[in-house]
Amino acid sequence: MSARPNGLNKGRIRRDLAIRRTGRVGVWLSPFVVYLFLWIPILVLVAFSFNDSASISVWRGFTTRWYENIFNNTITAGTEAARFQTGLLLRALRNSVMVAGVATIVSTALGTMLALAIARGRFPGRKLLDSVLYLPVVIPDITQGVSLAIFFNIIFAFVQQAFGVRWTPGFATIIIAHVAFNISYVAIVVRARLAGMDPKLEEAGRDLGANPFQTFWRITFPNLFPGVLAGALLAFTLSLDDFVITFFNAGVGTTTLPLFVYGMLKQRVPPEINAISALMILASILLVGGSLILQQRGNRQGRG
Amino acid sequence: MPAEKRPTAPPRRRRSSVEGRGGLFGLLTPGTLWIIVFFLLPLVFVAVSSFMSRGPGGQPVQPWTLDQYERTFTTFGPVLWRSLRIALVATVFCLVLGYPVAFFISRRRSPGVRMMLLFLVLLPFWTNFLVRTYALITILQRDGLLNGVLQSLGVLAEPIQMLFTPGAVMLGLVYGYLPFMILPIYASVEALDFRYVEASNDLGANDFTTFWRVIFPLTLPGVIAGSILVFIPAIGAYITPDLMGGTRGLMIGNLIQSQFGGRGNVPLGSAISMVLLALVFVSVFIYSRWGQREDA
Repeated sequence: MSARPNGLNKGRIRRDLAIRRTGRVGVWLSPFVVYLFLWIPILVLVAFSFNDSASISVWRGFTTRWYENIFNNTITAGTEAARFQTGLLLRALRNSVMVAGVATIVSTALGTMLALAIARGRFPGRKLLDSVLYLPVVIPDITQGVSLAIFFNIIFAFVQQAFGVRWTPGFATIIIAHVAFNISYVAIVVRARLAGMDPKLEEAGRDLGANPFQTFWRITFPNLFPGVLAGALLAFTLSLDDFVITFFNAGVGTTTLPLFVYGMLKQRVPPEINAISALMILASILLVGGSLILQQRGNRQGRG
Repeated sequence: MPAEKRPTAPPRRRRSSVEGRGGLFGLLTPGTLWIIVFFLLPLVFVAVSSFMSRGPGGQPVQPWTLDQYERTFTTFGPVLWRSLRIALVATVFCLVLGYPVAFFISRRRSPGVRMMLLFLVLLPFWTNFLVRTYALITILQRDGLLNGVLQSLGVLAEPIQMLFTPGAVMLGLVYGYLPFMILPIYASVEALDFRYVEASNDLGANDFTTFWRVIFPLTLPGVIAGSILVFIPAIGAYITPDLMGGTRGLMIGNLIQSQFGGRGNVPLGSAISMVLLALVFVSVFIYSRWGQREDA
């Protein structure tokens, strides 16, 4: 063939092979590094929750006493004065579950309805509403938290002036805030499911004489259910996990678990914190693992 | 129109063929109202308050003024720049770390292995953000594991201050948001037609050229999507700089928070929030212009 200098050339082949080898090593090595980076802090935390010392860098032997303290109702919190009861932690957990539960129920209902209306309805402003739905997903939580705090402040001042009733932030404001961002997430997830659904199924139902109510409950809803469930699980997790928005809209006695953990990290860091964190990690693994299994099963049923 | 009535819209429930306006109205109104009243209206309040003056208790009062914006850009200019810098560097780090991982995962043949690898990326991500941040703090702090290991290896004679620096905040953000980068890139690589790669090889390009001229441009939508998904929460971060930043690592989110409460200045906090919103909208614009995939 041609004798052009950039044809088959030993130096170039050697260089290209070196590039390939480097690339291969890189593609194998970097995931290894990244997985270590993601997992080492968590694994170290769990390991040191069994350390027989309050230190988190020096291993002094195995103990389960931090866990025992938690289950025996005393968390030492550094000094004797800062000692507090596990009941406080459990109350925060209960508040969290209550808030997340109510917020999930309300936002799942409203979000699903919105998704249905946007996917199947024709009305002015539909495109606009569709893009507004994405706003709570992209706008930073600090902005959402602050804007709601300003909003409630003004409304409460107005109510006091007009009716002489004193409203204060509390569970209601937290739940309202959580629903406000969760509606969007639920609607987006349910819409994705609706988009993948065959409209012929509903048409067939109607052709066979089902009324709209029957069509919805016998055809649309069962097909939609995995999406609704996924949306509800997402809403529950987001609500349970939220710190910033709750922080700005909480009142006295409405401490949720993230607020409680934040308080511990900021003020009294008890040696039990590693054990508490490890328990929270375990809980989220069980929750996420369980929901993934549920979702898989739901998807299979939905498609079958 | 298909009829997907819920029983909560009773009067027209039994209308036969076309769904009435009433039903649609019933489905739309509660959610839309909630979003308008408890999401959009509060944002309008912030916008209005950002043009007002500080009154008693830090509350917004008349007269109208642009002072808050002026103060945001002068007094807090350095913090704005630092936040931008930290968020951008964290995004670049996420990209450099995340791209090969996403590529690696999507090139595994067995779907089970792919699922498992993705699960291992996502699991730390579903752990409470505060707990994850605390886990990283235990590694980085003065008597933490990293200092201990480096000392026993003889790299360090004395423990060094790693926590409460801008670098620590950056690391915390990378740790927190890396999955946001990996997932969209994974989807992009998964959708990539590898016959282009073969063609490029057959035509004599080496792997470096193939990557930069074929693979990277074709997965660019995923790269942009991932970068925006990391950049937005990073620029608005509050917890990470609050727990890991100290005074040298404060970001916009901490500035906003400090304007609320006793000695705060709500109009100033509102103005800073509006600047943050503007930054977010610029990123969203970039995303909608260049980051969207046709099939998404």
